Amino acid sequence: MTNWTDVGCVADIPVQGARNLQFGGQPVAVFRTVDDRIFALVDRCPHKAGPLSQGIVHGHTVSCPLHNWRIALVSGEAQGDDKGCTPVVPMRLDGDRILLGAPAALADAA
Amino acid sequence: MATVGTTKAESDRGLVVIGNGMAGCRAVEELLEREQGRYQVTIFGAEPHVNYNRIMLSPVLAGEKTFDEIVINDRAWYADNGIELIASDPVDAIDREAKTVTARSGRTVAYDKLLIATGSDPFIIPVPGKDLPGVITFRDMADVDHMLGAAEKGGNAVVIGGGLLGLEAAHGLTLRGMKVTVLHLPGTLMERQLDEAAGWLLKSALEARGQTILTKADTAEIVGEHHVEGVRLKDGTLIPASLVVMAVGIRPSVKLARDAGLEVGRGIKVDDHMVTSDPDVLAVGECVEHDGLVYGLVAPLWEMCRALADGLVERHSGYKGSVTSTKLKVAGLDVFSAGDFLGGDGAEDIVLRDASRGIYKRVVVKDDRVVGAVLYGDTSDGGWYFDLLKKGEDISPIRDMLIFGQAYASGGGQGDPSSAVAALSDDAEICGCNGVSKARVVQSIVGGAVSLDAVRSTCKASASCGSCTNLVEHLLSLTLGADYGGARTTKTLCKCTSFGHGDVRREIVAQGMRSIPEVMQKLHWSTPDGCSGCRPALNYYLLCALPGDYKDDQQSRFVNERMHANIQKDGTYSVVPRMWGGLTTPKELRAIADVVEKFNAPMVKVTGGQRLDIFGIKGEDLPAVWADLNAAGMVSGHAYGKSLRTVKTCVGTDWCRFGTQDSTGLGVKTEQMTWGSWMPHKFKIAVSGCPRNCAEATIKDFGVICVDSGYELHVGGNGGIKVRVTDLLCKVATEEEAMHYCAAFTQLYREEAHYLERTAPWIERIGLEYVKSRVVEDGEGRDALAARFLFSQRFTQDDPWAKRVAGEDAQFHQPLMMAAAE
Repeated sequence: MTNWTDVGCVADIPVQGARNLQFGGQPVAVFRTVDDRIFALVDRCPHKAGPLSQGIVHGHTVSCPLHNWRIALVSGEAQGDDKGCTPVVPMRLDGDRILLGAPAALADAA
Repeated sequence: MATVGTTKAESDRGLVVIGNGMAGCRAVEELLEREQGRYQVTIFGAEPHVNYNRIMLSPVLAGEKTFDEIVINDRAWYADNGIELIASDPVDAIDREAKTVTARSGRTVAYDKLLIATGSDPFIIPVPGKDLPGVITFRDMADVDHMLGAAEKGGNAVVIGGGLLGLEAAHGLTLRGMKVTVLHLPGTLMERQLDEAAGWLLKSALEARGQTILTKADTAEIVGEHHVEGVRLKDGTLIPASLVVMAVGIRPSVKLARDAGLEVGRGIKVDDHMVTSDPDVLAVGECVEHDGLVYGLVAPLWEMCRALADGLVERHSGYKGSVTSTKLKVAGLDVFSAGDFLGGDGAEDIVLRDASRGIYKRVVVKDDRVVGAVLYGDTSDGGWYFDLLKKGEDISPIRDMLIFGQAYASGGGQGDPSSAVAALSDDAEICGCNGVSKARVVQSIVGGAVSLDAVRSTCKASASCGSCTNLVEHLLSLTLGADYGGARTTKTLCKCTSFGHGDVRREIVAQGMRSIPEVMQKLHWSTPDGCSGCRPALNYYLLCALPGDYKDDQQSRFVNERMHANIQKDGTYSVVPRMWGGLTTPKELRAIADVVEKFNAPMVKVTGGQRLDIFGIKGEDLPAVWADLNAAGMVSGHAYGKSLRTVKTCVGTDWCRFGTQDSTGLGVKTEQMTWGSWMPHKFKIAVSGCPRNCAEATIKDFGVICVDSGYELHVGGNGGIKVRVTDLLCKVATEEEAMHYCAAFTQLYREEAHYLERTAPWIERIGLEYVKSRVVEDGEGRDALAARFLFSQRFTQDDPWAKRVAGEDAQFHQPLMMAAAE
């Protein structure tokens, strides 16, 4: 069974923005999109480890603040011609609480 | 129950429409176009929404569009046309004797003419478990919301039905992170549109994207106790799923009509004027049966609505049935089919396969006429084949080349793309989303819509998904010839829009737009909220157009401006406090030294602009760093911004034996005038005290060289990747003039350059002469520019650091807190 950890509520994340935190030994970014959906990724661009939480969130993607790679929030995959993938952090909503799960999977990603 | 509605008393022509969908509203639109005010219109809708484009639900599910973007008619349209919309209240009964309809709420409205546009209902296969929670259809916005909610939890989804709708649902759910299995009973996906070969190509493309596609899969039951847990096939296979989408087909929604005693076959029976068996009751759309046929596509619907509206204003044209073609993007893959593509007796197939490019084309010919076509991968010639099919043209002269497409068949493949558009027949459909024909687009262009945007607002072509924008532009240039000025040779702002920077800036001012979402809505942005290219540009354009009024959008700023510091490669930040004109004091130096020690900054460096840069500060420490610097009287140096950076100086007359003027003093004053101003790009100024140019003023955006007789003003320099030496703008006699010209030049750049265009490329694009004509030769214009600059400075010359220290936007600096472990 996955252990879920409450990391805050939806309102803590700015719309079209992100917040970061240390979770399961990894930097994790929690994003909120224009249509109010929540996504969580390891906060490292697959390119040069840029902090994705500081990028511009548009649609269901985020553009890395360092070199503008575009990463899909659903899958963590680089878009367009770029190749690479950032681990997706299991996330579920309980009402407006954001729960992150499976630190074990994250440890593998380290 | 009292009869509600003044319709009967006030107007003897009350039109009641049952159904607020694409057919019902389109019929009303067509009617209004022919004659305004002839009918008092009341529309009943079962859903809580205004009229939206049901075809575009798939992009909403896939996250490419938001609901607002698929609205066809907003509330203003109903209000402007005096239409009463009764939403969330489905009609339950029609009383043809009393000529009234009664809705679920009990509301009863009288009609003179009644239009039934109830569309169709999704078909639910009658298997055990079909009513379990988690089993849904894909028909309306509520279904999309349900799917999005389910996808958020992740897991497995099963889509029953490998037709268009099912594949769209599967695509959307896959993009949303679910593991999707598609179950399809026939052996070929989309067997009604595709032949076996094209269906196989589609299946392999979808499997390559991670979907599991099972054909010849017969569903036995949906299993689960309180919620769906899986689907069992007749061969015993069990597929676990927390969501099941049934997309096996639709049926005309005829219950209401049948209960009212109207003649019903497969659909509500209508004549060529869309009149049912009751002369005062009409019906249109997917709910009708015309000449033995029911249609589930949008093109016939538009044709029906035209015939219906003609009939209502007694200008009978008559509907003659539709030959249909299907041009689709299934999960991003192009698919086209038309006519009888399965062939049969006497039919010959002409087939082209190019497996490596993923292209398959099949044209079915009978008696030298095209009778059907299937295209996969490249559908650009679909319209041409369909046109040949509808006209029944003899293709024997071009038969050899037919399969290679129109360009090739009509002249060796060298044809100009416009000629292909010119060759389309008048009734060829240009915009599938809004059902706009070539003739209608040309008619609005002739009627004065001479730009893409004008066409979009008059006839709606290209105003929804935008895939026909090229066609519309070809029609503009064909119709207007040399008069068409709008051929977009200029680059668009980004991929989200067909407008260029200049167009967007002009429209913002002309239409008085006040927010980024408003610009995106009015200029038909193709993405829900833009991208990292357009959002910062729009934020700046609005900020520049509305100083003091526009509310800055922090989420549309690059990280440096959002954090008021420079992000470095390891994710830490560097901080540059302002040192006016490059001057500093022991107190400031001490404060900087203390910050470096206190926050363990690994490096301090003198910048190229004579300031000190403190490196290696963590995002969460920034407010504390700024607080300490603020305490010593220092403010942000904006070294991170598309804004005035520094005013570099030399020492001038006070110390230098060659200095001709007080260059340091002028530099300080210039910096105090210009600091804090947001610009299209970074902006650097320098003041040199003599032509030896120690401050390097001739590679700055604005440079002053002090000479004995006054001040030489230089513009458009750049010390960056491509070094550009400034152009001499003019010479002035006094410090006041030098600053006044600086303000005017800066404002001209702020108002007219493209975002992320520095002064050097800007001047090369527009020409030095133009800048001189505005800043030097036009005295009044110069004063006005300078005044606008100083006005906007009133709102930006407050220290962003101090605001953050005081707690503004604190969340940008604090990590999310984890709740106590459970």
